[in-house]
Amino acid sequence: MATTQTNQGSEFVVRVRDVVKEYQMGKLTVRALDGVTLDIYRGEYLSIMGPSGSGKSTLFNMIGGLDKPTSGSVFIDDVDMAQLDPQELAFLRCHRIGYIFQTFNLIPVMTALENVTLPMVFAGVTADEARERGIELLTLVGLGGRLHHKPTELSGGQQQRVAIARALANNPSIILADEPTGNLDLKTGKEIIELLKKLNKERGVTIISATHDLKMLDISDRIVWIRDGKIERVELRSELELKVGEVEGEAG
Amino acid sequence: MSTVQHATGKGAIRKQVQLPLSVAFRIALLNIRVRFLRALITAAGIMLGIAFFTAVRAAALYAPPLDPNDPATIEAATRQTWLVVMSLLMSTVGISNSMLMAVTERYKEIGTMKCLGALDSFIVKLFFLESGLLGVVASFIGFFVGWGLVFLINLFRQGSAVFSAVSLGALGWLLLQAMAIGVLLTVVATILPAIRAAKMPPAAALRVEV
Ligand SMILES: Nc1ncnc2c1ncn2[C@@H]1O[C@H](COP(=O)(O)OP(=O)(O)OP(=O)(O)O)[C@@H](O)[C@H]1O
Ligand SMILES: [Mg+2]
Repeated sequence: MATTQTNQGSEFVVRVRDVVKEYQMGKLTVRALDGVTLDIYRGEYLSIMGPSGSGKSTLFNMIGGLDKPTSGSVFIDDVDMAQLDPQELAFLRCHRIGYIFQTFNLIPVMTALENVTLPMVFAGVTADEARERGIELLTLVGLGGRLHHKPTELSGGQQQRVAIARALANNPSIILADEPTGNLDLKTGKEIIELLKKLNKERGVTIISATHDLKMLDISDRIVWIRDGKIERVELRSELELKVGEVEGEAG
Repeated sequence: MSTVQHATGKGAIRKQVQLPLSVAFRIALLNIRVRFLRALITAAGIMLGIAFFTAVRAAALYAPPLDPNDPATIEAATRQTWLVVMSLLMSTVGISNSMLMAVTERYKEIGTMKCLGALDSFIVKLFFLESGLLGVVASFIGFFVGWGLVFLINLFRQGSAVFSAVSLGALGWLLLQAMAIGVLLTVVATILPAIRAAKMPPAAALRVEV
């Protein structure tokens, strides 16, 4: 019954529909997301911006299949995540989504290469193939010479590069990043952002990044501004450039 | 450069594969090796409990036969049994506590593994294998510590007669008992920590302590 379509069939890689997420804190109900609807194009670089507590990480959890919405639905590659059982959800996380975290989250007891091959191990890829692809990915992020280093033997920027290679392990449709530059200095953060942009352009992987980092604005295709769990506005970069131009024009 | 090509629709989502035990085994071994000091402390609890159990049983083997109907003998035996049971219970609580701490310590690691596609059952296996391995090694060492002590004491008391005092078969049987009890207790002690680990939400990976 399942005739396989390829991605050309669908323009949107993620569709978020009327998502509400409430957290129960004793008697108090916190509404972290308050009716979010958002379509994300295949291959775009999308930044989610907003003040602290606005719901960015909560939205990350919903899109990443890490938590379930209180109401509303999230589709990844046209699959309604609410319809999936735990094993299918694990498959989706393993194959369709790559995660990048503010705190890098490498497995501390494993080397860079072991970290990158771990998602392939979970996917059932053979050890030889995983090794080969792992080396390829680490080389791609500029760490071909640090395959056997432990996370503690790597700088923050290098750890985040390993995490990016790991996120690409099973060729996901989307990469989700929550504050990927939050724990990095200005220069290293910039390098990481440039690496993400390069992967987005060259490999066509959709990147969705929650961030405070204004450096992200320059390279994003679209920026979603969120406040108090609601989408305030969605901006195209071209509009942004226009505005910057206007400001500069007025000043000059 | 390859671009992303994916089938879409529910038909393309399969169930995540169950991994062979050897994969969990490798990671569990890695965890023990790298966190060796922690593992040593966890194992010390089981080791001491099993050493005590073995010492009490071995002492009975080496001692001259007692009158089984003498009330004093019965009372001493009962008291010893109680002591052994209590010490084994203590070690069980100790392992359970160490493993619970290991789960709390590794919440981010567990959450991350789930994000990368680990099934709950894999996390459960990981913790059981880790403590099971510790249990096997610690019980083995515990047996030799307990028996060794009794053997030395009796060597001092009885001289070379001690070498033929207890048959190898009886010692082997005691080793088997020590190992079985040690591993069983470790596994029981890990039930709660393993469930706690498996229930860790993948979103725990995002938590940032401030
Ligand atoms: N597990 C939880 N339990 C209870 N409340 C939560 C939980 N996670 C988030 N919240 C609440 O939901 C709201 C949105 O939080 P969220 O973490 O999504 O914000 P954020 O935009 O990522 O903020 P930051 O920029 O500080 O990371 C906040 O009010 C927060 O307190
Ligand atoms: Mg956040």
